[in-house]
Amino acid sequence: MAGLLQVLLLLAALAVCWKPLGDHMARVYTTPKHSRFEKAVYRAVRVDPDAEQRWPVYAAGVVGFSFVSIVLLYLLQRLQPLLPWNFGRTVNPSVAFNTAISFVTNTNWQSYVPETTMGHFVQMAGLTVQNFVSAAVGMAVAIALIRGFIRSKTDRLGNFWVDLVRGSVRILLPIAFVFAIVLTALGVVMSLKSGVAVTNPDGSHGTIALAPAASQEAIKELGTNGGGIFNANSAHPFENPNAWSNLIEIFLLLVIPVSLTRTFGVMVGNKKQGGVLLGVMGVLWGGMLAVIWWAEAHPNGPLAKLAGAAMEGKEVRFGIPGSALFADSTTGTSTGAVNAMHDSFSGLGGGGAILNMLFGEMTPGGAGTGIYSILVMAIIAMFLAGLMVGRTPEYLGKKLGKREVTCASIAILAMPLLVLLGTGAALLLPGTGAALNNPGAHGFSEVLYAYTSASNNNGSAFAGLTVTNGWFQSTLGLCMLFGRLVPILAVLCLAGSLASQRKVPETVGTLPTTGPLFATMLTGTILLVAALTFVPALALGPITEALA
Amino acid sequence: MKTLLAQTAAGLRVLVVLTVLLGVVYPLGVWLVDRLPGLQANAEGSLVSVNGTTVGSDLMGIDPKAANPGHDPWFHTRPSAVNGDPSTSGASNKAADNPDYIKVMQQRKTTIAAREGVDPAQVPPDAVTASASGLDADISPAYAALQAPRVARANGLPLARVLALVEANTTGRGLGFVGEPRVDVLMLNLAVRAAGPGAH
Amino acid sequence: MTVTTEKPQDAAPGHGHHAGRVSAGVFNPRQLAEALPDALRKLSPRHQLANPVMFVVWAGSLLSTVFAVSRPGVFTVGTTLWLWFTVVFANLAEAVAEGRGKAQAETLRRTKKETIARRLTEDGSHERVPGVDLRVGDLVVVEAGEIIPGDGDVVEGIATVDESAITGESAPVIRESGGDRSAVTGGTTVLSDRIVVKITTKPGESFVDRMIALVEGASRQKTPNEVALTILLAVLTIIFLLAVVALQPMAAYAGTLQPVVVLTALLVCLIPTTIGALLSAIGIAGMDRLVQRNVLATSGRAVEAAGDVDTLLLDKTGTITFGNRQATEFIPVGDATLAELARAARLSSLADGTPEGRSIVELCVRDHGLAAEPSEQERLAEFVPFAAQTRMSGIDLGGRQVRKGATDAVRAWVVEHGGTVPDDVREIADRIGANGGTPLLCADQDRVYGVIQLSDVVKPRMRERFGELRAMGIKTIMITGDNPLTAKAIAAQAGVDDFLAEAKPEDKMALIRKEQEGGRLVAMTGDGTNDAPALAQADVGVAMNTGTMAAKEAGNMVDLDSDPTKLIEVVAIGKQLLITRGALTTFSIANDLAKYFAILPAMFAGIYPQLGKLNIMGLHSPSSAILSAVIFNALIIVALIPLALRGVRYRPASAQSLLRRNLLVYGLGGIVTPFAGIWLIDLLVRLIPGM
Repeated sequence: MAGLLQVLLLLAALAVCWKPLGDHMARVYTTPKHSRFEKAVYRAVRVDPDAEQRWPVYAAGVVGFSFVSIVLLYLLQRLQPLLPWNFGRTVNPSVAFNTAISFVTNTNWQSYVPETTMGHFVQMAGLTVQNFVSAAVGMAVAIALIRGFIRSKTDRLGNFWVDLVRGSVRILLPIAFVFAIVLTALGVVMSLKSGVAVTNPDGSHGTIALAPAASQEAIKELGTNGGGIFNANSAHPFENPNAWSNLIEIFLLLVIPVSLTRTFGVMVGNKKQGGVLLGVMGVLWGGMLAVIWWAEAHPNGPLAKLAGAAMEGKEVRFGIPGSALFADSTTGTSTGAVNAMHDSFSGLGGGGAILNMLFGEMTPGGAGTGIYSILVMAIIAMFLAGLMVGRTPEYLGKKLGKREVTCASIAILAMPLLVLLGTGAALLLPGTGAALNNPGAHGFSEVLYAYTSASNNNGSAFAGLTVTNGWFQSTLGLCMLFGRLVPILAVLCLAGSLASQRKVPETVGTLPTTGPLFATMLTGTILLVAALTFVPALALGPITEALA
Repeated sequence: MKTLLAQTAAGLRVLVVLTVLLGVVYPLGVWLVDRLPGLQANAEGSLVSVNGTTVGSDLMGIDPKAANPGHDPWFHTRPSAVNGDPSTSGASNKAADNPDYIKVMQQRKTTIAAREGVDPAQVPPDAVTASASGLDADISPAYAALQAPRVARANGLPLARVLALVEANTTGRGLGFVGEPRVDVLMLNLAVRAAGPGAH
Repeated sequence: MTVTTEKPQDAAPGHGHHAGRVSAGVFNPRQLAEALPDALRKLSPRHQLANPVMFVVWAGSLLSTVFAVSRPGVFTVGTTLWLWFTVVFANLAEAVAEGRGKAQAETLRRTKKETIARRLTEDGSHERVPGVDLRVGDLVVVEAGEIIPGDGDVVEGIATVDESAITGESAPVIRESGGDRSAVTGGTTVLSDRIVVKITTKPGESFVDRMIALVEGASRQKTPNEVALTILLAVLTIIFLLAVVALQPMAAYAGTLQPVVVLTALLVCLIPTTIGALLSAIGIAGMDRLVQRNVLATSGRAVEAAGDVDTLLLDKTGTITFGNRQATEFIPVGDATLAELARAARLSSLADGTPEGRSIVELCVRDHGLAAEPSEQERLAEFVPFAAQTRMSGIDLGGRQVRKGATDAVRAWVVEHGGTVPDDVREIADRIGANGGTPLLCADQDRVYGVIQLSDVVKPRMRERFGELRAMGIKTIMITGDNPLTAKAIAAQAGVDDFLAEAKPEDKMALIRKEQEGGRLVAMTGDGTNDAPALAQADVGVAMNTGTMAAKEAGNMVDLDSDPTKLIEVVAIGKQLLITRGALTTFSIANDLAKYFAILPAMFAGIYPQLGKLNIMGLHSPSSAILSAVIFNALIIVALIPLALRGVRYRPASAQSLLRRNLLVYGLGGIVTPFAGIWLIDLLVRLIPGM
């Protein structure tokens, strides 16, 4: 009951912010005006903010920016000994490679223990920056796709640099700043010290690790990033000190993906179009929450039965409801932050987390990535629906022809390809067995989770898996990279194709995409695509565990 | 290709500018604001001092070791996968059906039951399960209640007094529904020690 | 004013299809047997490569065969056999669809007799050349009894032509130079007179050649939607291929390496074989349905476009109304009675052979009980035909001179004869004109009887048809040369959404452009040479077979029956084609759920016994479960061949209700059916020893 009220409070907060934030984001991405500060930035970086780009140029911007981001972040980590606040910490090449890709792709998968690996400068100037811009890139791509729908007979999708800067400066920065302070007020640390020595009451000595956590915590959730400044991530008392900070963090990781549905509705000129997408996201989010919550409240594993409750890997202050709510939201938003260890979840609970990612991160998905992923899925659903009503399929007034279906297919195909081949290949390697933290079906689930998380740019883990060997570092890095860039390129190509089309007027023969029928069709498509692709794999891991 | 190079070059320039703004100005700005009274203590770890000695953080649980296990005056935190080392953090990540870990947990259960002199069935779940952070500051009121008689005995305090201290260090649900009821172990131990005859 | 008659009028000659409902094509199980040899021929890898889904099945079957040969067993051999059956059944579907076209092509081919043409040379003499040597621009002479050697336009003369070879219509048609009835088709026979034909197509590319290619499916190119769907199916196939390939290491980790046959069976069951197998049959059958309605499309693309049409341009005359105006009312004036007017009107029209004249007599017969045939006495009367100068016609009988004609002409004529015209004539005439009708004044020298009202008569059921089109989201625009007032009245009565009055060809063109600018797809019918640009511009242009060759070349469909209302049926066929594809795709994908429940426990319950709980169908054994799923997967293809050929049921309805219905039938049905099917098959399969 208390847990349900927490969910209602969260939903109420999101409902309150949906309209103002959604409208604000729509304004940010549509207004022709640049602020004085932005003008100075554009002058400094020699970018003409009023020059709109064709999709290949926009895509080149995304790819080029990601590339220099990876290189710079890699160098920052490797050169840490030369940088301030390094505390003698060093980063080895494979961790640096994996981490660079991980943070640039908004995955924030962590194959290292932050408090002993990364100094504060790398955290701030490297990782925090990517927490912002990787989210802003996702949002920019989403906006480019929306422009594809609303524009007609043009090859221009907007200016990537403007979208990137505005997303960072006008949306993410102010919200993150306010909530960084709020989180500190609730107990999240914001210290430039490496730690503080303590003498415990029993007389023993220890060092409590400190870090500039609050500033990163806010953007880590807001930008659906998920990379913790401490190893235990949002389970760490300094990242998430109590149930209020817990709710606020969950709110932050949902608020942008949720409000972007409003932005979408406003931009396409029919707010119901956004509402229906939110409805589908909400139903799936709610459904998976029910599954995970129920599974954790009624665990079937011998461990939980012995203990009396599934509290292994959970914090007392969050309990089962606070942990299930976080797990559902973090896996549904490609955030990957955790306040409880998914590896110790029950078969069904952990399987629910995996499935939530396997939906392709659209429940409600990451910042920007959620809305473009569900739009891609809507294109597939409308293609089938359009055929079934006897018209060349269309969505939002754009015909779904060969090019649109091809782009949407590629965007969808990338993830299963990486997950299935990655998992399959990893299992063939002799070294994998040693990396597993648990035997049997759950050991398999750990590998499946890793590739699912990386390929979906989630970043959470069945953290028992030791992923520091060269194979995991490199393949998971590549999964993150391709799992991010292939859909983005496909989506931008799709946007270009849509923008070049003339808008088809709506008639009685047009299938309405605002009603429950469309919502059902879309939900069914998302469920079916994920289920059909992954049921065999899930059967050998989570389903086997859940049925035990 | 030329486009890609041009865009990459622009990307580098944009990244540098944004790094200054988001990677330096923003976190240091937050840090500065957090120097405000009321925020600074939180920002530096909500540290707890007794007589000028920093004994820990209000938010962190580090399991105290009894010098003499037969005469254990402490409330204990939950099991920690990092041995209560606050310079790091982490969980066991053991699966719900891990056969080795079942043995570990069985062991914990027996140990705690013996320590508290109760039937293993009475040991609450949080007592035998490792927390997610390894630094969980809290235990459930049930686990605190389980330990209270022993702590009272070892500290020479009446049980009622210890139970009152437990009560005083218990945080309920926010607004009656946010979070779970919990007992802060560090603060409870400090309170017990302050109340005990061994104090001062 | 316009009137709707309830007179049963033949709107779609020779067919009488219900407009909204596309009727079923006939499917005879014997066709399956006849198509079998073709189906086996299609097992060649080259043929299979064209269809990615079925190619995977084909390759999988081959792999299984290798495996079955090396390690034969009841299960292995049985499964392998049924995998091959799956491929054969898919070929069968295509072969049956093609077979139906071939029969039609055979009939057509018989018209392609070797002809000797008489080519006109420059000096005006004839030379005899084989028909195949004719070039575009050649002039040939064709006389009664001769076969026209190639497609062309009549440039000289007039003749009756027997076109039954192509249209199936036995009544001869008239073809003449100039005007809109000049096109002749190679292979048809001139019955009377002599014409000179200018050849317009090269040999081998004639209308008949194209028709043959079309119905045989030889020149069939994938339509845009089909291409997009094929891509989607290919992607699904890749995903399932990955899922199955990756399953082996996963199974190995679990400790239960899977036999190749089992993995192949799983793969074949998962990939969308049902739609993959039936896809080309659906396309061929869609064209076939069009051909059955005597419409020839130059490409499948046009058929698909028909399903997408947003705006339908319809000529008023002949499409919405009967070709001619008809008498609908007599309005007596002055002291004349209605009976007097009717008698006078009849007299004035007895010898008038024009449709208007005949309609006046018909009205007299129907409403006033007068004789249709002239009496002995009346036969002696002298007929005064219509002349441009007098603008009236009538009859001189004894002392009477009965006339009917344009009101002002008759009025002048009456005044000339010393009569007076009542004042209300003008008023009545204006009112009729305002309502879109034509007033004729009827008088006998100085005596005015009254006004005969001629009106456009809207064909029966037009309003309902337009209502159906509206429900499908299609806007109808009536094109007419009438003045706006008249056009408005008829438009309102016929129930069209809009009209274009006083339309000139360039107005029509502008209207099409305007609609297309707004992103709408436009369909129209046309016959005349001046329609050709508009036909070419329209997304779907249906040329009448009676029209000019220019019109037939410009449009992308030809209606052999020359029935302009058939456009509505073409739209329905286009939609039905897409719906069939969509519905079977949905069905095919929805099927997979049950197959997982059959195959996954069969594969893994041995190692993880709890997965046995997924065997909710209670299948007998792992072997029988897998084999049953494979058999179901193959049989469902055969079971759906009739549906693929016939097309799924289509009724005009809103998109929403169509989707709801199809999702329910093919989505939900697709989930449920295989559960029942596999369970039933398993009941039989378990009887096989060794299962």
